[in-house]
Amino acid sequence: MLQEESDLALIIAQIVQKLKGSNLYAQLERQAWASLQRPEIKLESLKEDIKEFFKISGWEKKLQNAVYSELSVFPLPSHPAAPPEHLKEPLVYMRKAQVLINLRNPNYENGDSHSFRTHLGLIQVPLKVKDIPELKEFFVELGLTAGQLGIDDSTQVPPELFENEHVRIGQKVLSEQDSAAAQQYIRQGSPTALRAELWALILNISSQPEDILYYEQLKTNVIQHDLLVDSLIYKDVKLTASNDDYYFVFEDYLYQVLLCFSRDTSVLGHFAYNSASPPKSYIRGKLGLEEYAVFYPPNGVIPFHGFSMYVAPLCFLYHEPSKLYQIFREMYVRFFFRLHSISSHPSGIVSLCLLFETLLQTYLPQLFYHLREIGAQPLRISFKWMVRAFSGYLATDQLLLLWDRILGYNSLEILAVLAAAVFAFRAVNLMEVTSLAAAEAVLADLSTLKVMPLLQIFLFATVT
Amino acid sequence: MSRVSVPCHVKGTVALQVGDVRTSQGRPGVLVIDVTFPSVAPFEHTSTHTPAKWVTCLRDYCLMPDPHSEEGAQEYVSLFKHQMLCDMGKVLELRLILRQPSPLWLSFTVEELQIYKQGPKDLGIWFQVSPTLPASGQYAFALQSPSMTFPKWLSHPVPCEQPAPLLEGLPDPSRVSSEVQQMWALTEMIRASHTSTRIGRFDVDGCYDLNLLSYT
Repeated sequence: MLQEESDLALIIAQIVQKLKGSNLYAQLERQAWASLQRPEIKLESLKEDIKEFFKISGWEKKLQNAVYSELSVFPLPSHPAAPPEHLKEPLVYMRKAQVLINLRNPNYENGDSHSFRTHLGLIQVPLKVKDIPELKEFFVELGLTAGQLGIDDSTQVPPELFENEHVRIGQKVLSEQDSAAAQQYIRQGSPTALRAELWALILNISSQPEDILYYEQLKTNVIQHDLLVDSLIYKDVKLTASNDDYYFVFEDYLYQVLLCFSRDTSVLGHFAYNSASPPKSYIRGKLGLEEYAVFYPPNGVIPFHGFSMYVAPLCFLYHEPSKLYQIFREMYVRFFFRLHSISSHPSGIVSLCLLFETLLQTYLPQLFYHLREIGAQPLRISFKWMVRAFSGYLATDQLLLLWDRILGYNSLEILAVLAAAVFAFRAVNLMEVTSLAAAEAVLADLSTLKVMPLLQIFLFATVT
Repeated sequence: MSRVSVPCHVKGTVALQVGDVRTSQGRPGVLVIDVTFPSVAPFEHTSTHTPAKWVTCLRDYCLMPDPHSEEGAQEYVSLFKHQMLCDMGKVLELRLILRQPSPLWLSFTVEELQIYKQGPKDLGIWFQVSPTLPASGQYAFALQSPSMTFPKWLSHPVPCEQPAPLLEGLPDPSRVSSEVQQMWALTEMIRASHTSTRIGRFDVDGCYDLNLLSYT
């Protein structure tokens, strides 16, 4: 108990330290000063009266939301003897694998003899992943007895059964401005009209004048400095989003967000809990001098092919560039960075791949074995879906329903579950293919799939 | 919170295994690590001497929640006095018994073992568990009999000295100290409200011309 109390005190101290530099702190201070004019604030009970005032005027809610948002990304308290790299990534061989050749635990015995733990897939790292009973418990709100947007809002179902009530609750959550309640609410899906505000509430984004000014500064940086990664971004947008039926209209928005994103040094803050490190360099002529060391690109993230697909679906929700930018940045530093860095985190891409392969091997062993025999390891097909969080593969409305659940559960594991569910859905066709190319062809078009029924069937309705 | 590191000597790990270690195929699942304290005075023969005996202080303490997976495999762990089943006042030797039932790992041990004393009779143990943890550890400690003479400072903490009487004409030190404390609290407040938010510039002296790119 002592340990938990001291851990809690440490977490509180760290969050307070972090929030002290923020806008909210200055606003709260100003509000406290202004409230002194009010008649109900008495000098004898100054502290309690001001606290009461904050509660009534809604400032306490804002503070609650800010603390909740810090907790969502907060890494676990570290042991005093642990070096800072340990906080980013506890496993030594994962830290060393940041420039990846292959990923192997040197202490892991993986002999040829088939033991109880033989894993037939590509990922041979023994990370802890959930199995279906644990997933059922984790995703309990997706169960058969709970209403879901994506299933219970279809035209055949009368809206009085679920949809109307759900929308009413959503409006109430928005009026209360409570992040934690919104996160719980969105697990059953978000109505289209409320989605933009709900996501902003969960990510704790409120468009303050300072944020708009910050975005304008980034735009000025874009004009002043040219970066090589700009060419990467142009190329990526042209190759992916511009070719997509749904997203080509947003080409302009994508440039506005991604070019500014590359120059945003506040993104460097997420490397405290990201296992990767930003590439470092020195100003020309000052090699080795630490004062002239800079990160390249300024935000430490080198974009790769398909990076713009993280932004494209958000363009449907937000039309104002500065808000779109803030939402994307927050989504990136909370979720998307895990999809392209090597770490042992349960939402990291390595764990997602292992979860996918384990689910397939355990619950569809015949299919798994057959695909392996024909040289079509299932991960080779599903990897690209998971790395892009299914963006560009699913229809947009289905994709947004999926991303609702990512926000609601604060975890990316649902991507691996969906990938396994897609394989389960097309299992009959896949059993008949005889080559990797044919398997790819069966799974090439996911745009007709409905996400929520697939997940429900795979998790809750399959007889194992 | 003053923490005094106790110098300790960690002997090499000894695997407990049935049969000949060299010829048998299986890997041992139990390891024993002995830790001695060279700074503890050797016990003296006295007429009231009773022999030292082993006492279990921690039973079946789980370090890895799932022995077959990486969870907690390379974690830093602390053990504290309040978790121990017995009094840690007079310790001669420590024995850590580690168990790893999973056959998936080539080796297992604990590394960077450090023992700390906080105050005269406190004993805390910190260590890092190395690649592949034991699934559970059973820790037994040896206690020495009461006849062992400990250095006086362990059992009798030094009492605080009373301040010498003041000379006339000088200000009251307690009042001065409280005023100084208030000033110090003000400076600390100013210093504490220094924010950690970045300024957000990435060009140095107006230029961003790079030399080379390296991954740390």
